[in-house]
Amino acid sequence: MISAYLAPPDDFGAWRTLARTLLQTGTAPADIVWSEEGTSSTDLFSEQAAPPHAVRVDAIRVSRSFVELARTVILHRDPARLPLLYRVLWRLQTQPRLMDDPADADIVQLCILNKQVRRDIHKMRAFVRFRVLQDPDGIDRYVAWFEPDHRIERANIGFFTGRFANQRWSILTPRLSLHWDGRKLSEGPPARREDVPAEDAAEDLWLGYYRSIFNPARLKVDAMLKEMPRRYWANMPETRQIPALIAGAQRREAGMIASGASSFGGTPPTELAALADGLQACSNCPIGCNGTRAVSGEGAAGSRLMIVGEQPGDQEEVAGRPFIGPAGQVLDLHLAAAGIDRGSAYVTNAVKHFKFALRGKRRLHQSPTAGEIDICRWWLDAERSIVRPQIILALGATAARGLLGRTPSIGKERGQLLPQADGSQILITAHPSYLLRLEGESRAREEAKFRDDLAVLKRHLEPQVEKA
Amino acid sequence: MSQPDVLTRLEILADAAKYDASCASSGTTRRDSKGGRGIGSTTGSGICHAYAPDGRCISLLKLLLTNHCIFDCHYCVNRKSSNVARARFTPKEVVDLTLSFYRRNYIEGLFLSSGIVKSSNHTMEQMVEVARCLREDHDFRGYIHLKAIPEADPELVRQAGLWADRVSINVELPTEAGLARLAPDKNGTRIEGTMRRVSSDIIENKDARKHFRSAPKFAPAGQSTQMIVGADDASDADIVGKASSLYDRFRLRRVYYSAFSPIPDASAVLPLKRPPLMREHRLYQSDWLMRFYGFAPQDVQHATDDTGMLPLDIDPKLAWALRFREHFPVDVNRASKSMLLRVPGLGTRAVGAILTARRHRSLRIDDIARLTVSLKKVRPFIITTDWRPTLLTDRVDLKAQLTPPARQLELFG
Repeated sequence: MISAYLAPPDDFGAWRTLARTLLQTGTAPADIVWSEEGTSSTDLFSEQAAPPHAVRVDAIRVSRSFVELARTVILHRDPARLPLLYRVLWRLQTQPRLMDDPADADIVQLCILNKQVRRDIHKMRAFVRFRVLQDPDGIDRYVAWFEPDHRIERANIGFFTGRFANQRWSILTPRLSLHWDGRKLSEGPPARREDVPAEDAAEDLWLGYYRSIFNPARLKVDAMLKEMPRRYWANMPETRQIPALIAGAQRREAGMIASGASSFGGTPPTELAALADGLQACSNCPIGCNGTRAVSGEGAAGSRLMIVGEQPGDQEEVAGRPFIGPAGQVLDLHLAAAGIDRGSAYVTNAVKHFKFALRGKRRLHQSPTAGEIDICRWWLDAERSIVRPQIILALGATAARGLLGRTPSIGKERGQLLPQADGSQILITAHPSYLLRLEGESRAREEAKFRDDLAVLKRHLEPQVEKA
Repeated sequence: MSQPDVLTRLEILADAAKYDASCASSGTTRRDSKGGRGIGSTTGSGICHAYAPDGRCISLLKLLLTNHCIFDCHYCVNRKSSNVARARFTPKEVVDLTLSFYRRNYIEGLFLSSGIVKSSNHTMEQMVEVARCLREDHDFRGYIHLKAIPEADPELVRQAGLWADRVSINVELPTEAGLARLAPDKNGTRIEGTMRRVSSDIIENKDARKHFRSAPKFAPAGQSTQMIVGADDASDADIVGKASSLYDRFRLRRVYYSAFSPIPDASAVLPLKRPPLMREHRLYQSDWLMRFYGFAPQDVQHATDDTGMLPLDIDPKLAWALRFREHFPVDVNRASKSMLLRVPGLGTRAVGAILTARRHRSLRIDDIARLTVSLKKVRPFIITTDWRPTLLTDRVDLKAQLTPPARQLELFG
């Protein structure tokens, strides 16, 4: 029995010298008892290594891929790596192509060890977390504590000197500490976790970032644990938040869905009367909850024309009918002038409740938000599918949004028929209340445009009247 | 208006950025900060510095410059009509935050995107300024990914490519109809026009660098894009077809698929329930099949059912194999590489190992067991010197045998 002793257990050069000597003396793998620094050799048959008499001076055969693998595998903590490495080296002398056989049991084992070390190297690059302290000369030093699984500290340090070339840093481990001053690397004694500052100025920001970038709607704890096993967590401040994040996730997702608009359950009504009843009970948006009464549409199912306004106003809410206030009167005037019969149209609003702000005793109109319009689309869509109009007149941007799902530019898209997927066509124009707010020349100009749009509408309603 | 503190704004703007799936820091040129004034390096494959409980890697500081937006895209949490809290950072604040995180080894670099404020050009200018300041003023050599705004001036997009490692433009939805319905302010032709320009800039730059080594690098990590899955009714077959055409036409490095997920203050137009996350996973698998396994888009589309959807219970490669059983079993000692790649359960690495190993010996079933992760999955589809499946491929219950056992449904799924 020959005893082979490797002093620094991560020193590839020392192992190579040792292995070369053993190989040259023709020592078979089975005759060696390996030991290394930090482990005591207890083999009863062990004796001092035989003096390195070069019995065989044959050129030693070794493939480049073996050297590469061995450089990494030597860093593994498993003492069995030493006999394994030597056994493969020994076999390479007679089987030069051995490294190319990935199904060989020794090679498989070598690859497993290699993979474990490489993973550890990668995780160290990923999971080291620096905290700042000030050197005596007032310059910042970034200090980290890390506990690798294998003896990778020295082998991995090139990554950090390359990345943080121009900042001072120290990486402390239970085996040794490594320091960089911006120019050269130095090595120190083993360190303790307490040697690293307890807190850091930027850590709260990082913790906040970690919380916010997490998407509670896609909880995949296993996937996280696979890549970030718990044993690394102690050195990663952000991981303290994980239990709370997981616990809160499903609650947050449920909350988003609940507030995300729909308590609309079931299927939309298929008759206008049922729809009107349903409207009164609707509280799916803030306007629906303000205590006013909902104003449903007026007109018959099957009407060829549907007219959609913004929302009921003060007078409409009181009377429970759409378009009877000042704006309604303007609309009636223009419709009559264009020769369009309001009575045969279905008239409704994009939003069914009256949104207002109280000023003394007066209820001042307030525009609905896009979110509120979108929620109320559920009702408008139901009305469209019951009434099945051929042409829909959208008065103003709110009506157009309720119908199209987007807020169009009235100026660019008014006066043209926009064909829809359900076969109907939408004609956008301004809201009559807009005309009421203008005066003089600009009012005359806008009224002319409004008349033009209604003329377009009239033209497209006509031919079908004749056919009927 | 006074701005809230940095932490609050960081939370708002990171929260707003998390719907972009990409966090890759890979594929760029290798460099480090030796001989420079600043910090930063890049590695070939990128590093994930942490993982969130959603299983996603945190590699970059993924941030919006602002979540104010003049656009109104329904699937987007930052759309104009959304009721979320708004915030903005100045370019300098983003630069400081990036450096401060990088120095502590939290991140590989920055992924900057933005809502559109004032104009597309104004927004793009601000983003380019962040990248310029990091590179020029601080000699930052870490990874930078900039989201290009399709509506911005082409010259600004080109500048972004000069500072950044990667430039991306999201196609958002797989079909033009979906885009028109859910992202009414965006325009598919314009998005693809910008992608084409970035792609030709990258090619031109590669050519220039062949002749002049000093030519500045342009987006060395290429361009990528993202599609939202499950917000419209596009089928998996549609999505796979779209992705393949994007890879072909614009030489994209990656297409990301992001399962639409419920967002706070969602638009009423959207489906409220998320699509199964497994669907996103199956799409990534089919993406891999096309990029690394020699599958044509049609092959993947053949693996879908009548409605064009990939099966959720088994992976697309197994689905393909079960449909085209006449190609199996495959003799691992003789079959071509392309055929070995079609065997369910054999990955690219295992195929490589088989090809090397069979030069030395005739492979037995034990050898295959050592080279693969799951022999059980592979066995019905291969022949070795000592193994031949007994007409397994004709069994009607083959699918049932290979389908992983059903898992309990999610409580709130």
